[in-house]
Parts: sequence; structure tokens; C-alpha cells
Amino acid sequence: MKFGVVTFPGSNGDYDSYTAAKFVLGKETVFLWHKSASLEGADVIILPGGFSYGDYLRSGAIARFSPIMKSVIAFAQSGGIVIGFCNGFQVLMESGLLPGALMRNSHLRFRHRFVYLKTENHNTPFTNMIPEGKTIKVPIAHGDGNFYNFQADVDELEKNSKVIFRYSDMNGKITNEANPNGSLNNIAGISNREGNVLGMMPHPERAVESILGSDDGLLVFDSMVNYLVNKPAKSA
Amino acid sequence: MSKSKAIVYIRLKEGVLDPQGKTIAHAMSNMGYTEFESVRSGRFFELECETRPDLEKRIDEISRKLLSNPIIETYRVEMV
Amino acid sequence: MPEPVVTPELVKEHGLNKEEHARIKKILGREPNFTELGVFSVMWSEHCSYKNSIRLLKTLPREGKHLLAKAGEENAGAVDIGDGLAVVFKIESHNHPSAVEPYQGAATGVGGILRDIFTMGARPIASLNSLRFGSLENDRVRYLVDGVVRGIGDYGNSFGVPTVGGEVYFDEAYTGNPLINAMAVGLMKTDGIVSATTGGIGNPIFIVGSSTGRDGIHGATFASAELSEENEAKRSNVQVGDPFTEKLLLEATLDIIKEDLVVGIQDMGAAGITCCSAEMSAKGETGIELDLKDVPLRENGMTPYEILLSESQERMMVCAKKGCEQRIIEIFEKWDLHSKIIGHVTDDGLFRVKLNGKTVSEIPSQVLALGGETPEYTRETKRPAYMDELGKLDLNKISLDIDWNDALLKLMAAPNICYKGWVFEQYDSTIRTNTAIGPGSDAAVLRIRKTNKALAMVTDCNGRYCYLNPKLGAMHAVAESARNIACSGGKGSAITNCLNFGNPYDPEIYYCFAEAVAGMGEACLEFETPVTGGNVSFYNEDPNHAVFPSPVIGMIGLVEDLKDITTSWFKNEGDEIYLLGTTKEELGASEYLSVIHGQKRGAIPELDLSVEHNLHKTILKMIQTGLISSAHDCSDGGFSVAIAESCIGNREHMIGASVELPSDGLRTDALLFGESASRIVISSPAGKAIELEKAAAEFNTPIIKIGTVGGSKLKVNDFIDSDLSDVGEAFYESLQKLVERV
Repeated sequence: MKFGVVTFPGSNGDYDSYTAAKFVLGKETVFLWHKSASLEGADVIILPGGFSYGDYLRSGAIARFSPIMKSVIAFAQSGGIVIGFCNGFQVLMESGLLPGALMRNSHLRFRHRFVYLKTENHNTPFTNMIPEGKTIKVPIAHGDGNFYNFQADVDELEKNSKVIFRYSDMNGKITNEANPNGSLNNIAGISNREGNVLGMMPHPERAVESILGSDDGLLVFDSMVNYLVNKPAKSA
Repeated sequence: MSKSKAIVYIRLKEGVLDPQGKTIAHAMSNMGYTEFESVRSGRFFELECETRPDLEKRIDEISRKLLSNPIIETYRVEMV
Repeated sequence: MPEPVVTPELVKEHGLNKEEHARIKKILGREPNFTELGVFSVMWSEHCSYKNSIRLLKTLPREGKHLLAKAGEENAGAVDIGDGLAVVFKIESHNHPSAVEPYQGAATGVGGILRDIFTMGARPIASLNSLRFGSLENDRVRYLVDGVVRGIGDYGNSFGVPTVGGEVYFDEAYTGNPLINAMAVGLMKTDGIVSATTGGIGNPIFIVGSSTGRDGIHGATFASAELSEENEAKRSNVQVGDPFTEKLLLEATLDIIKEDLVVGIQDMGAAGITCCSAEMSAKGETGIELDLKDVPLRENGMTPYEILLSESQERMMVCAKKGCEQRIIEIFEKWDLHSKIIGHVTDDGLFRVKLNGKTVSEIPSQVLALGGETPEYTRETKRPAYMDELGKLDLNKISLDIDWNDALLKLMAAPNICYKGWVFEQYDSTIRTNTAIGPGSDAAVLRIRKTNKALAMVTDCNGRYCYLNPKLGAMHAVAESARNIACSGGKGSAITNCLNFGNPYDPEIYYCFAEAVAGMGEACLEFETPVTGGNVSFYNEDPNHAVFPSPVIGMIGLVEDLKDITTSWFKNEGDEIYLLGTTKEELGASEYLSVIHGQKRGAIPELDLSVEHNLHKTILKMIQTGLISSAHDCSDGGFSVAIAESCIGNREHMIGASVELPSDGLRTDALLFGESASRIVISSPAGKAIELEKAAAEFNTPIIKIGTVGGSKLKVNDFIDSDLSDVGEAFYESLQKLVERV
């Protein structure tokens, strides 16, 4: 099993994703350069956090035109597992792999803090190892994380259980106070209709060791591994 | 009461580095749009207002005091 | 357009006095031309030459067995931390640019200090900031706070370095002239340190990174006589930061160092190309020759004077190894960056500048570079008259008819004490996944990957103390830094400093400067934390007054074992609370006196350096032997604020305390809120009393058991009985209200 972490110019969470997959999880992991078109046989593609192209124009707007993104889009369309954290989520939206837009935080400031996430759908490649009823504690660090979409499209996401993570309090209660950026319906992460592409604003890749304040984020990685290990049986 | 509309265009002063414009120009060139030598970014505000004799003066003031950062930006007002 | 003729008036306008002018003529054997005048003016400026401070700075302790790069030797200081690793760190001011344009001023301050770190070959692992502003009642101050915090955040967040700590301090003394000091810390292998030097006659000199514009050319208006007034209004010399380019520059720089393609690298900060050329060639004891026609420019029609003095950001000078040119260009291209050969190393000791082959400036490098033959002055000192007056405090006139609960809440909400989350939540503090303790505890702590160690880091200075007693105040700043690091489980290794003062030609200001340097030196000797360098910023004044003398200390320390990492908040119900150190009747210059009684006067607290040092050894021993649940030092607001912070420091798990302090005949206000130094509040699991007392006795540190952790209230004797929800609200919600006026 191989993880591929894309590096755009201005990515700065690529290293965190890489170390989480390689050293904490112990899986083969490679960096994928934005100018290359090869995914190097990776089974999971991570679009990392950061400020690709300085976030100039719009977050993720320029990165989507990189050669690597053509390959990532094709990989996703053929059912490959793709996960985007923070800026990676923004790139996934700009690329059309996920619906919606991420606007400026409602309070208009960059915000970093640890938040709690309630998992709304445990039957996904990204959440199958997260115990029912457990909220996961992970950091957020963004200025543009305010999830927005037309009401009908949000309803569609909700109806199809494609809202995967929501900002909650530590007990899983969805409250305004727990919403750090003004996202509609406290949405923190969504998947595509097929379920193989996930984007989320929080950073599970930074919460993988207890010395860092939480290791709950590891559950997201464990879920992907578990999914891939058992995949033949599932798809049969 | 008659209404007016003004557009205030804000741009960086000459000589001030525009990282955003520079990066976008580079991306355009990478995408094959090589004829664009330089890109400068800016922003604009549409103001809807009650017409009054000193309106232009007041728009000028607010453009200077609030909408632009006169240390690094200039502005231009267009009444529409 | 001919260059302006060099006249005595023009020389004066360039900030050079008659003696300096004469010296220049003697060095050159002729009158300098306009370009050369510009070069001398920046290199002999206070900022580059340290001419009014260097003699005193040389008295600071700069020796230590772990030092790999000492003060003044390199872009930043370097300390050996074992395991083949070195920590590189430095603090620098960007006060004046931030006073003009807070967002860009602060952002470029962060960018500059990060470049100082990675030009040495270290990857930045942390950033800290020491910020000082006027009163939040003032509109302009709130604008500055907002802009500075956004600027720091946007730059560091985008670059990808965690901003893990620092301080924010408010006092009217800083209203017209905020202090914006940025510190960066980097980590590298000890054998990979890159010097800011030239070497190898004929080796190529590169300029890499951004192109050169007219940014930051001070006093250069008359250099561009062709500009009409109308054009002038359309122009700006504010430097704009581009963290995206800086991030690329970081990666490219570390790549060329890794492949061993360079002799030396220096960041282009103040005085841009000029400073790099002069300092690198002086250090390498070579000459350097540049042709400005090869410098990539952002604007048309730039003169040699402008190109040489430009302070455009995100640029560096690289002295490459011959034969490596093509590979360097390839690496920079990989990162979408320009790299251009603009000259070469020569053997004649001259900094020679040509334009299209014609020499436009030729000056010996040694006379330009700090450490060479730049001017050095000893300035006159005079003890300020205000000190005697303000040093007096008649305690009989300080009312004791105070509601202590109310006073505690007021202090917890006071700008200098309250929770600074409004500031540091705008900073990414967890990127790169090393942050064990982020902002909000005594010191920030980052684990060092592939080792069992961690680094503790902190900045500190109490400007009010230094105003009233600069020598003792500076000692306090060093002591508190070391105490904070000890409370976090580490031992101070070395310091960097940022000395923010007013006009050095004012004898009273210079007295404060000299005293502060002396105090800092004494304290650093005691704590074995040598000075690895830093920055002096003079002329911090508004039309009415100078800022408080503010010698800001940035200290790093080593935590030998990850299990020793300690936070300041209480952990467990039933833990016992102890106070280490002695409480005296010391109310002078306290936050209590300022907030509750509106007075900023009195004798500042005493400090016995050896008692303080023993306290650090005590707490470290207690931590290393696993006796401690939490440790928090008493500083602003004294004991009561310290224990209140321990109660509410973990916002998700606030936990009360009930303590009985022996009053020993002290006034209640001094007991509760006095700021006696060398005190730490600790909590420990029950049953450790004997071991704790033994550890304290070993270092003659007073220890006293004062109570237990538990409940949802803070109780101190019969004086304070507060619900933690009230204390928490006062502490956590204050700053946003004060800044945003919500």
C-alpha cells in the first residue's frame, strides 16, 4: 500500500501528511511533484494543506491547473482514494471533484485552534475505524474554510449522507459556538457522490501523536488502510 | 430622492510589489498564455448613494480614508 | 540625468557627520561620488554599523561551550544541542516600518528573520513575536494591533512555520511607536552550517529570489530628481512581503546547500545588495565585483544608487562554487525562481560596482562591514531625573479598602494579563507537527524529531520595570525567560536580544541602554546563557516621548527528556499546591498598582540572581524526578494571577484551588498581587511532600505547602473566593472586546 502526497508550490502541509503516513502509520509514502503527471502507483492520494501558489486569486484556483491534477482527477474518476486537507479541500472544489465553495471565514480572520468533529457517516473509506459516538479532536488552521453551497445542493449532500464531518462540541453536539468559520450546517468535511473523494478543512494529519495534543487524526488514516486492505472483498 | 452610483477602483501604487499579480502572470504563462507579460491585481467597490452636491468630495474622502491604504494604494472614482 | 553633486548638505542629509565625511574622504583619497555616498550612508547607519552600541554589546557574555556561531559571526547564533543537531535562532525588530504600514511592516519583519535562519542552512521550526503597543483605547493603536497581527499571521501561516509564542504588552509609552520584534528558530545538522561569506577568487556571485524594485530606499527621494511631485504621490517605498516566494526560496536554498554548491549565503535585509556584498566579502577577506546591468529589476530607469540601496524582500546573495552555476540555476528554476550571476569574487579587498562595465562605486569592503573598520562611538550618559521621583512610592497612600475578588477579575481582564487568544489564534501554531506546547503556557515547547529531546523557547521583557530601573529590569527579563523555560522542563541554553530604545544621542536614553546591557550581561553570566546576537533598534520615539527602554530577551532552552515537558495548569483534583520562593512587600511597578490604582511607580522587585538560579535548578530537579503535575511562575499580577491562571489554563478542564498563604505581616495587596521575583506555583500528587522538600533544600529554595487542587472555585485565605467561570470569562473574553470593541 502506497500513499502519494502532492506538493504544489506553496504547499506546506505536505511534510505533515508525509510524516503521518510514512513514520506514524509506517506505510510507503512518496511526494508527488506538481509538474509531474505520474502518481507513481500510489493507492491513496493526499492533497495537503498550505497555500498553493500563495492562495493568490482564490485558494486552490491555480493549483487545479497543475499537470499532476489531471492525473489526480482521472484517478478519482476511476474510483481511487483521494483525500484533501484544508488547502487540498479547496483544490478539490476548484477542480470540480467536490461540490461547493469555501469562503472567507465569517469572522474574517485566520483561525487556528483544536476543534471537535462529529462523524456523520462511518461507512466510508475515511471513517470506518472511527468508533460510533466518538468525537475526534483535530486542529484547524485556515482563513477560507467557510463552507458554502446552494441550499438545494446542500440538501442533496445531506440527503445522500455525503456530509462526513461536522464541527461539534466535545460531546458531539452541533452548536453555533462549535462552528469556527461560519460553515453552513457546521460542515467540516464532505465526500463526492461515489464516496472515494473526501475533502475536509481540519487537519487530522497533524493529530497523530499524543505529544501533539491529540492522536485522533490517526483514525482517518487507519480507516483508509482498513478500507484498502479489505477492498477486494467489498467490491466483489 | 435621486440615487447615484459610484465605482471606486483600488490599485497598488507603481513600484509596490504585487505578489498576487506576479504569481497569476506566471501561472498564465505556464498554461500557454505567454503573451501576457505582466498582471497587476486590484479591487473595486460599488457604492450606491443618495445624490448630494458634495457627493464626489465625500466619495473621494472615504476612498482615501477607508477603502484604500494610501500608503501603498491609489484609487480612481467612476460615477455611473 | 546627471547624478547630484556631493555637497556638505547632501552628506548631512545622508545622516553622516563632518568627522565621518572626512574619514570617507581619507579612505577613498577623494570625495565620494553620489552612489558611494549612498553606500557609506547605509553601511555607517546605526542599523548596519551598530556604531553607537557595538562597544557595549561587546561587553556581553558571548562565550559558551555549546556555541557554534557566536554573536556577530553569522546571520544568526547557533547552539549545539547534541545528537549532531544545532539550533539557530535570532530576534530582530521591524518597529518603524510597522508604525507606517502595520500589515506589511510586520509581515516583512517575519520574512527577514526567517531568511536569516534558512540562509545558514537551517529549516525554520518556530517563530515567536514580542509586540508592544499603546493603549487599546486609542483608535490608531487598535488599527496597528489588527494590522500587525494579520501581517505576522499571514506571512508565517503561508510560509509554513508555526508561530508558537511570544508576548503582547500594552502601555501608553508605545502609542506612537509600537515595537514589533520577530524571532525565528531553526534546526539543522551541526556540520551543515553555511557562513555569510565569500571565498575562492573568481567564484560567481548570484542574486536569487525576487527582482529588485525601489522598495525601502530611505532618503532616496532626492536621488530621483526626475520624479515630479505628482509621480511621487503615485509611488511608495513600502516593502511588500511575499511569503509564497519566500517558501520557494527556502526550499531552493536548502536544496543548493544540501548539494554542496555554495561557499556562502546572506539574506538581503537592510541595505540590500550593498550590505550583502560588503559584509560577505569583508568576512571572506576578499573583494567583490558586481555589474548592476545583470540585476533583475522590477522597474525601469533605476539608478545604481537605487539598485544598491533597494530593500526589496525575498532576495539573497549566494557565493557559489565555480562549476556549480548551472545546477544552481536548475534548482531555482525547479522552484520557479530567478537566479542570476551578477558578479564574482576578487582578490583586491574592494567592493567594486560597475554598470555596463563602467565603475560606479569602489570602496574597500572592510571599512563598510560591521566587525571591520566602521565607526564606533561611546556616547554620553546621564541618569534620568525621573527615576528618583518615580522610584518613590508611599504605601500609606495606597488604599487597602479593596474588594479583592473584584481586583482579581480586573487584573485577569487587564490587557497585559488576559488571554491573548485573539492574537495567537490568528497564527498557525501546529504546522510541521512538532508543537508539544503552543502559545499560552510559560514557554512554547517543540519536540525534536528522531530524538527524545525538546526545545523550549520564550520571549520576555517588562518595559515598565526597565523604565524605572533599566539594569534590574533587564536582569528580570533574562531571569523570567530562564524561569519560564525551567517551568516548562528545560534549561536555558542561550539568548538573543532585541534592544529597543529611543535616541542614543540623548544621554538619559543612552544611560538606560548602557544600564540594560550591563544588567543583561550579569544575568546571562549567572544563568550560563550567552548572548548569540540580535538587534539594536534606536530612535523609537514619537514626538512626545521615547518608548520605555525595552531590552527584549529571546531565550531557547533544552528539555532533555520528552517526559519532562510541563505545562502551567492544574491537572488533577487532590493534587497539592506548593509555593517556591519568598513573597516580600513589593508592590512597586506592579500590574496591580497600574490597573487598580493607576500608578506606575515605585521600586521594582529585587532580584538575587543566585537565588533565582537555584530556583531553576530546584524546579528542574522536581520535574526530572517526576514530582510535579504543573509549574507556573509568578510574574505580572503576582501570586493570585499565577494561581488563577493555573486553575483556568486548560479551558476544557478548569479546576479550582483552595490555598492559605501565610501573610507574615505583609500588606494584603502585596501578598496577593505583589510581584516578588523568583517564585513558582507548583502542583504535585499527594504524598510527595518529603521528596519536594528535599529537592528544595538541596538548592536552599524556600518551599511551602499552601493548599490543594479541586472544586470549581479559587479560594485564597479569606480574601479571594471566586467562581472559575467568572475568572475564566474575565480572562478569556477580554482582549477581543478591547480590540474589536464588541
